[in-house]
Amino acid sequence: MVPTPESSAGNGSLAPGGAGSAARNVNGSGPGAGGPVANGPRSNGAGAGTATVAAPATSRKDWVSDQEVKWCPGCGDFTILAAVQMLLPEIGVRPESTVFISGIGCSSRFPYYMNTYGIHSIHGRAPALATGLAIARPDLDVWVVTGDGDALSIGGNHFIHLMRRNVNLTILLFNNQIYGLTKGQYSPTSETGKVTKSTPYGSLDAPFNPVSLAIGAEATFVARTHDMDRKHMTEMLRRAHDHKGTGFVEIYQNCNVYNNGAFEDITAKENRASNLIPLEHGRPIRFGENGEHCVVRNPDGSLRVAEVADVGEDAAVIHDEYLEDSSPAFALSRLASGPHEPTPIGVFRDISRPEYSEEVTRQVATAQASEGEPDLKSLIFSGGTWSTN
Amino acid sequence: MTPPITNEADRVDTVKDEEVQGEPGDPELDLALSPPGPSEEATEVAKVVVRFAGDSGDGMQLTGSRFTAVSSAIPNDIATLPDFPAEIRAPAGTLAGVSSFQIQFSSSDILTPGGMPDVLVAMNPAALKAHLSDVPLGGTLVVNADAFDTRALGKAGYESNPLEDGNLKAYRVYAVPMTSLTLEACKDSGVKPRDAERSKNFFALGLLSWLYTRPIEPTFAWIEKRFSSAEMVRDANLRAFRAGYNFGDTAEMFETRYEVKPAPFEPGVYTNVAGNTALAWGLVAGARLARMPLFLGSYPITPASDILHELAKLKAFGVKTFQAEDEIAAAGAALGASYGGSLGVTTTSGPGIDLKAETIGLAVSLELPLVIVDVQRVGPSTGIPTKTEQSDLLACVYGRHGEAPAPVVAIKSPSHAFEAAIEACRIAVEYRTPVYLLSDGYVANSTEPWRLPDVDALAPIEAAFATGANHADEEGRSSYWPYVRDPHTLARAWALPGTPGLEHRLGGLEKADGSGEVSYDPANHAAMVLIRQEKVDAVAKSIPPAEVDDPGGIGSAPVLAVSWGSTYSAVLAGVRRVRSRGLEAAMVHLVHLNPFPENLGEVLARYDRILVPEMNLGQLSELLRARYLVDVQRITKVEGLPFRASEIEEEILEALGRGDLMAKESSDGADT
Repeated sequence: MVPTPESSAGNGSLAPGGAGSAARNVNGSGPGAGGPVANGPRSNGAGAGTATVAAPATSRKDWVSDQEVKWCPGCGDFTILAAVQMLLPEIGVRPESTVFISGIGCSSRFPYYMNTYGIHSIHGRAPALATGLAIARPDLDVWVVTGDGDALSIGGNHFIHLMRRNVNLTILLFNNQIYGLTKGQYSPTSETGKVTKSTPYGSLDAPFNPVSLAIGAEATFVARTHDMDRKHMTEMLRRAHDHKGTGFVEIYQNCNVYNNGAFEDITAKENRASNLIPLEHGRPIRFGENGEHCVVRNPDGSLRVAEVADVGEDAAVIHDEYLEDSSPAFALSRLASGPHEPTPIGVFRDISRPEYSEEVTRQVATAQASEGEPDLKSLIFSGGTWSTN
Repeated sequence: MTPPITNEADRVDTVKDEEVQGEPGDPELDLALSPPGPSEEATEVAKVVVRFAGDSGDGMQLTGSRFTAVSSAIPNDIATLPDFPAEIRAPAGTLAGVSSFQIQFSSSDILTPGGMPDVLVAMNPAALKAHLSDVPLGGTLVVNADAFDTRALGKAGYESNPLEDGNLKAYRVYAVPMTSLTLEACKDSGVKPRDAERSKNFFALGLLSWLYTRPIEPTFAWIEKRFSSAEMVRDANLRAFRAGYNFGDTAEMFETRYEVKPAPFEPGVYTNVAGNTALAWGLVAGARLARMPLFLGSYPITPASDILHELAKLKAFGVKTFQAEDEIAAAGAALGASYGGSLGVTTTSGPGIDLKAETIGLAVSLELPLVIVDVQRVGPSTGIPTKTEQSDLLACVYGRHGEAPAPVVAIKSPSHAFEAAIEACRIAVEYRTPVYLLSDGYVANSTEPWRLPDVDALAPIEAAFATGANHADEEGRSSYWPYVRDPHTLARAWALPGTPGLEHRLGGLEKADGSGEVSYDPANHAAMVLIRQEKVDAVAKSIPPAEVDDPGGIGSAPVLAVSWGSTYSAVLAGVRRVRSRGLEAAMVHLVHLNPFPENLGEVLARYDRILVPEMNLGQLSELLRARYLVDVQRITKVEGLPFRASEIEEEILEALGRGDLMAKESSDGADT
């Protein structure tokens, strides 16, 4: 029986320490949430400061802005937008407490289409702005939308540091392996030898594997999905959002103008069974029309695809999202060197580590508790004074 | 009490000392040694300039800052100039590794750390060699004679020992074996000689404290507290300090001690403050006045890091500090925090300004507050990180692509940093704009007495967040438009995330006037460019007019000196010196560099000769010429050190056609 992505929903008893079960506080300001101490807006409407009060229900239309969506017809981005707009009403968050921050590129137009707060910022820097916002306002639900060029080329530094800090936000990387907005140059995820306008003789660069990069950068939640399966995508988005800390999802997204069919070998309906390896926590990693393929561990710890008939029913690796050791997740990410061979999708890794903005808030609260009411006068008098008459 | 100034080298040194010497102290040590015997009457002098110079590891910054602290306790008026190499531990004994700290202390109002030192304390041959040329003939040299061995002399490039070869005959030389006297004082204390030797800076401090009749109790108390966790170090420092003091008293080497009487301060409570510290406190105050949390995004860089260090301690004030992965992220995080309703600040120096430019441009477009602190240092590129310059002015006024105007405020003195920081916060919040707050390595690290303000009397800053709809369409449906403006300030309506019904998207793409929607319309872009410029120009309406210091009335003096930033103190001192000769000179100081005060054009038009001294090649001169079509004369200094009052005096005298006066008194190093 081929495990289906949907069945991975409840992680229940398989989740040691409840990793990934801490849903984001969507209403409450929480202790010391850094909103302005001034007036009105901080009160967040009904339910301020009380995480237990359910947010008023929303429907998809509440999340759709009045802006015309200007992606090319047929772009994979439409699927992602629809998935997000349909997911948000389900998870009980509020538009006024939700912020989408993007950089530059086709994917980064995303915030304009969401009826939430949002910033379409500058190339590569969305993680930086989002980090500041998340630290300053732990009460908000922050999302970063980025692309392969935005996150991994010009913004590579911010991307890796976001991963290691584990700031509470969800980051969606639309990977289409091409620069679309600048009309078709190769990207840091393009395959070596890619012929584009800027590489008429073929590109020389070895590509990044975003999942490998994220795991190497100490990410606590890493998942991959694709734009041809909205159900799976929605589930990955939900898991990433539920994760406390940085939830990273790589989305294979087709650019039908500049890189059409880049993922067809694995995402086309007729290829999925043989070339997508669904990861499901606690289950043997098997795939194929009849589950005839599996993933087995080599003596050196690396993984390979094998035939169940050859290695036996019990040989397949059991997937464990919650391992502290990132090596098995990394090994999974190395199974495929490009989207033309069996490629894992699903949650690679979901571990629990202190969340950055909560820790910052805690340090402030601790200082305030131990040092008492801060007083500007005593601050400027703290360096030793003398008086004259 | 926070020591006003220490540099990185001193810090490293201190930590190391504690590690090495953190053993139990000698229980027999009597810390309440009898006070030094009564000394003969001291000679009264009006003001003195002392320069402590030694190896980077000799603790000269610490020594200088302690001497400063006790002098401000008298209280003398003081001004200081720390000067140290960028390397934490430059090669010992070399000229490159010399660290110095100059202090002028006075019984009257002074503005600058002085020109030529009356006394040079040289802890080794390199320190003597590096600084001797600044000491006027007849000046006093206090040297650590023990350090003048063949090897050290060689490292400093001396072929013979200047203490013996007669080359210092023009000076009053006190060759004191500080190292061996320190070792002797620490004998039987249990402190290892190698560690005791490190206390020789306290010997020097003790000796100078005796020579200038500084109170000793504050230093004892400070040592006790500072080294309370390292008894051995504490005891060694106490013994060395005491030994130095007693040496002055008993050695009969010094003809007299000197006394600098208390200066007449305006009534009030004073503290001695460094520019970086006052700036950090000003940011805290600014955020409080705006009732917004302070968020600092920063990446460590000399000489701005101390602001990050100071704010990182102030978490009880709700301050969140974020050490980012780079300068760009530091600015980005601050802007993100501002979007959420914090007062976002990023602190840096020149190289960081280059890197933050794109984010600042975004802040111009988003019209959100962002305070960018630039503690200027010598450029271009890495330049000389620990030396001062004012060469980022044009980068801050103009250094972004597109028409991206941003206000610029500059700090004139260490204590002024407090007020200037509040001013930068005010403009940023009330006008929703990035604001540059310019400091420099000199004001950042030097200290001065600061009459503490009544913080309860500071004017509040009005953020005035949007709380509801501000626009109605033709059919009467109301909505929130993020780019509807206040008619006076032109500040846009600012709604915070979390406010129901005011959801909106901002971005770096051009926005339609009012609605804020993406707009590629040419006429709209032209309008928006003008509006953003008008908004920054409108800041001028909220700032005080340029105040002209011209005793005869505006336009009376034949020459006007224009200062900005840290040139303030040298220019004012230079102007005073000219006036003390019975000549007329006027001065105007600019805190706001963009926009300028509204009356500046009129002021400049009243003077035939306008001098603009700057620690760059004439950047303000260029702005003034372009803006007002006036023929200003640039006076430039790019040596990594601030102007001296005498240099300004000379320029003004030249402009007055009285350069001859200067030549007559060229040996006068007593800058005020």
